[in-house]
Amino acid sequence: MNLDKKLYTLKYSPDTKSHLNPNQEQCKLCKGRPCEFICPAGVYEWNEDKNELIINYENCLECGACRIACERKSLAWEYPKGTKGVTFKNG
Amino acid sequence: MSVRENKTDVIVVGAGPAGISCAITLARAGKEVVLIERGMFAGSKNMFGGAIYTSAVKEIFPNFETEAPLERRTIEHNFAILGENDSTTITYRKDYNVSYSVIRGKFDRWCAQEAKKAGVYLVDETVVRGLIKEDDKIIGVKTELEEYYADIVVLADGVNSLLAKEIGLRKDIDTKDVALSVKEVIKLDKETINQRYGLKDNQGAIVEIFGGPMLGMLGLGFMYTNVDSVTIGLGITLNELVENNYRPFELLDKLKQHPSVAPFIEGGTLKEYSAHLIPEGGYKKIPQLCDNGVMIVGDAGMLVNNLHWEGTNLAMISGKLAGETAIDALNKKDFSKKTLSAYEKKLKKSFVMKDMYTYRDLMDVMHIRKKAFLSYYMKKINAFFEMFTSVDGVPKKEHYQKFIKSIFTDRGIVELFKDAWAIVKLLWSILL
Repeated sequence: MNLDKKLYTLKYSPDTKSHLNPNQEQCKLCKGRPCEFICPAGVYEWNEDKNELIINYENCLECGACRIACERKSLAWEYPKGTKGVTFKNG
Repeated sequence: MSVRENKTDVIVVGAGPAGISCAITLARAGKEVVLIERGMFAGSKNMFGGAIYTSAVKEIFPNFETEAPLERRTIEHNFAILGENDSTTITYRKDYNVSYSVIRGKFDRWCAQEAKKAGVYLVDETVVRGLIKEDDKIIGVKTELEEYYADIVVLADGVNSLLAKEIGLRKDIDTKDVALSVKEVIKLDKETINQRYGLKDNQGAIVEIFGGPMLGMLGLGFMYTNVDSVTIGLGITLNELVENNYRPFELLDKLKQHPSVAPFIEGGTLKEYSAHLIPEGGYKKIPQLCDNGVMIVGDAGMLVNNLHWEGTNLAMISGKLAGETAIDALNKKDFSKKTLSAYEKKLKKSFVMKDMYTYRDLMDVMHIRKKAFLSYYMKKINAFFEMFTSVDGVPKKEHYQKFIKSIFTDRGIVELFKDAWAIVKLLWSILL
């Protein structure tokens, strides 16, 4: 089953501003970019044309895996605002 | 310290099992407690495998079995070893009231309501962004909107505990000390679930899954039955995903397609997908759990017994013990690290820290010998039963001899000896 269908089952209240802010200069130097595959919501995608990390923060499940896995420890990671983010009804 | 507005006895950050247990313990003793939750409601940011433990919940909520929103009472534990396309399962069945499956969005919410009834002041939809420190003592919290002050702040802010990190009680987590869990709640009607798992009424089953798509990796799968849904998920150490370039949800999809798993969830519809981290570092990674004016409880303190799939019970009891410590400290009006360290002493006397200590070497051994214990021997168990059940005209003696020979040719005598030695040492550390 593709990821979009899984994420579609969730209730989100997205903020207008990202709560995940990587240092793009560090991302350019990063070789492994584990965030691209370890994220359970596929939040991070590398854009070759723009040479930058695209952050689909609206899909974030707030697990924190990317913060720990970030090779260069250059991800400013915080929880979304109190009224924002994901809500699990069946966690 | 000057008298401040917005000042209470205790602030608890995070309304999960640990935070709620702490807050309700204080409120029942007549103390003023503010419990701050970042989610829309308690439980809305929480996810776990699936079961809460009767004995621990009873300590906080004696009547929960008749009052709380529970799914099913566990009567069966299955331990399934999955090969590529075969499996061996051990089933233990007894109705001895050890645990119940629950949905956290309902259960945690109920617990929080009970806390409110006991006098806890619950603040939802509020993120604590930092702690307020004065003269080397934590005296309050900063939320997005305002500052709240308290004699004691209890950090129940979960596995990521940015707050414990901020005040230096926790270091950065290593990828090998945390597991990423993804799960799906799959809707099926009650009768179908009862038929497939051999259950009656509200009886429940748990399936713990070794191997499958995670053969050779530090990861486990699980299934839990709810009233009209089945939870299937897995937890895998984050370094495995990083090193192998795996996407967690793809591993879960593979698990769902395994011939021994698929029939249980066939025809179901996905109700909800979710993800969460699990602290897996064990005893050696438990941080200092108190300092001047502050205590750490539950996942924030890395209190998870992963071998036994226990977490919520350690959370609840640690919360309760921190609550009791805070009551004494408030009565004495002494909130120093020295007084609050009674919490760590209570933990050491309880099963919480005793169990954590028992398995102190487990993760080290598993990280080193995972290819042996989580792949080679698992495959051998399945191979044994394949051999034992084969009816192919080959004399049994030849089967046995071939199987025994394969153990020595596949793995090598030195490695076999090292495996055995690792097990002996591990058992020694556990039992003595």
